[in-house]
Amino acid sequence: MTALAHAAVDPGGVDPAPPAPEAAKRSWTAYLLLLPGVLWLGVFFLLPLVQLAAVSLQSRYPGFAGYYYRDLNFANYASALTDYAPHFARSFLYAGLATLLAFALAYPLAYAMAFKAGKWRNLMMICVIAPFFTSFILRTFAWSQILADEGWVVGGLELLHLLPGGQIINTPVAVVAGLTYNFLPFMVLPIYASLERADPRVIEAGGDLYANGFTTFRTVTLPMSMPGVLAGTLLTFIPAAGDFVNMELLGPQQGKMVGNVINDQFLAIPGGYPVAAALSFTLMAAILVMVFLYVRRFGTEELV
Amino acid sequence: MTPIPRRTRRTLSPPAAALTAAASGGLSRRALLGTGAAASAGLALSACAPPAPPSGGPSSLKLPTDVSDTEKILKWSNWTAYLDMNGKETKSPTLTAFMEQTGIDVSYSEDIEDNDSYYAKVAPQLRAGQSIDRDIFTLTDWMATRVIRDQLCQPLELIQMPNVVGNLLQPLKDASFDPGRAHSITWQSGFAGIGYNRDKVGRELKSLDDLWTDDLKGRIVVLSEFRDTAALVMQSQGVDIESDWGRAEFENAVGFIEQKIDEGYIRKVKGNSYLEDLTSGNAVAGITWSGDIFVLAYDTQDPSWTFTIPESGGTLWSDNMMVPITSTRRRNAQRLMDYYYDPAVAAQVAAWVNYVCPVDGAQAEMEKIDPDLAESPWIFPTAEFIADNNIQQFRVLNSDEDIEYSDMWSSNVMGN
Repeated sequence: MTALAHAAVDPGGVDPAPPAPEAAKRSWTAYLLLLPGVLWLGVFFLLPLVQLAAVSLQSRYPGFAGYYYRDLNFANYASALTDYAPHFARSFLYAGLATLLAFALAYPLAYAMAFKAGKWRNLMMICVIAPFFTSFILRTFAWSQILADEGWVVGGLELLHLLPGGQIINTPVAVVAGLTYNFLPFMVLPIYASLERADPRVIEAGGDLYANGFTTFRTVTLPMSMPGVLAGTLLTFIPAAGDFVNMELLGPQQGKMVGNVINDQFLAIPGGYPVAAALSFTLMAAILVMVFLYVRRFGTEELV
Repeated sequence: MTPIPRRTRRTLSPPAAALTAAASGGLSRRALLGTGAAASAGLALSACAPPAPPSGGPSSLKLPTDVSDTEKILKWSNWTAYLDMNGKETKSPTLTAFMEQTGIDVSYSEDIEDNDSYYAKVAPQLRAGQSIDRDIFTLTDWMATRVIRDQLCQPLELIQMPNVVGNLLQPLKDASFDPGRAHSITWQSGFAGIGYNRDKVGRELKSLDDLWTDDLKGRIVVLSEFRDTAALVMQSQGVDIESDWGRAEFENAVGFIEQKIDEGYIRKVKGNSYLEDLTSGNAVAGITWSGDIFVLAYDTQDPSWTFTIPESGGTLWSDNMMVPITSTRRRNAQRLMDYYYDPAVAAQVAAWVNYVCPVDGAQAEMEKIDPDLAESPWIFPTAEFIADNNIQQFRVLNSDEDIEYSDMWSSNVMGN
């Protein structure tokens, strides 16, 4: 099939190498078209990153809280790694749990949308996207009200003797639930996109070749949706690992995530900028390494 | 006094070293490319040097040109539950009257959750000389100290504010951090103590120790500013918070609070948003600010919300209006400050917020609004009331103590 497609696009060497000046012109056009994107990346990604790196190596100006001087103070990184190792671990644990839960919820949903929904497909799609019409903070805040001690959820569960502690909010469970809820659409959409693109005839062929439903799913459907699963897990795990809002609004007082430490170093501690920047850099590096290993292990040729 | 930042480096920085190596010849094209990248990275790194602390005296201040005459606009940052509101809480009667009187369009933002987080957000912009889109911010004494020391607020023209000069209470005129009030004008003062719902708690709370009982486990919130929470705990441990206490005393208090969090008594440590936990019922008692609890009682129509100073003592603080250094509407700001020092207006605000009113003559005006409130020690405290209840002010910390204690508070109490 790919050979055919190639043949259709490229008229098979009818037109040999084009004249040189035109080729040069064409390549310049490509660079010109790239320019806005490169500029955007440079100004809004690279420059702030350099600034962040610079801040992460600054030192506190003694005697003036909140002032810094330029330095190469790598102790900021040492402090980020030693003092806050438990916070990193907690971030990755909660984000990992949320990713697993979101996957468990999203896959059947995406599958139903792609293969079973029929005329309900668009409505289901709208339902998945609808939460985006309200701000992330507001929705999380709404959960803090719904799950409050005197709310009906806790009241109902207590009535059924299903909640021994009598409290949902301000526990790690609420944090993982909040993360799962908030990032669920990011898992559903790419999986749905992969499944929707899968050729149903290939899945049917699985049945024709005497595979039962589960084997067909395991050997045909799931592998075909892997690009979506990969993209979905990345889109869930990466922001969840750096999130601090769920912990702030739904979480307990002790045992914060690394995002909260960065927020606190940045906002609550006079002179906390360098450590906050070092923590941000370390978090970024750690996520990069994890994602790299993950993609190496499970990656396919394309994402989505 | 200030150590000079380490700048003199004998060894060459990597990009420079690479360049000198390139000059001495024998460098491959690939290495040269790498050098270029490293050199430009080095250049970029050195470009973003942080602003230095203020060095000169007040004479070095550069004030922006005031455009108040042409721009009838004023933007004011304040705390929640801190201005009189109409029944639906959509508008402030006093503020509406001010806008009608002067034609100045005031946008009022309740965007201060606590001093640290607010100042940490705006200070970098102010230091860089950028606008923060505010003409007044309202910060507590100790933070005002820092703002004035950092030269990030404008000097005020008291001559333009006859009400302030005439009616600011005498003790406040001599504030240690701003003698003569050249930079800051008191908005309200208040107390930190115990706030609780008497019905839900089922008894009276008289001391901090009354909070640590099994029936209140997990239903207590405390303030995220250590100058309130740690101060009250230190007082309960017998420390005179106005005197020259040190690290050991602070550590004791922090250790105590941390223990109460670990044991599950304290549910959350929060800024002004602790009110949400009291409203939602997640918490029924805590270390709170005085006026908030009276406003809460009014908002929820539940008179069992009670504020009290613990037996071991409480704190008294003031919040102060200041004009950010980059504001171009100082004159408008001064008109507003002066307006709120009219005793009749001040009484109207105090009748709603129930914080300590800094305006002389407001008590007489309050008689006309509500005679009971005119007698309230929470709005018009007498010197005896302050002394009898051991109400103190947290001593001013120097910069190093400030950082050290904030760090300790953040990692041990804030859970970071």
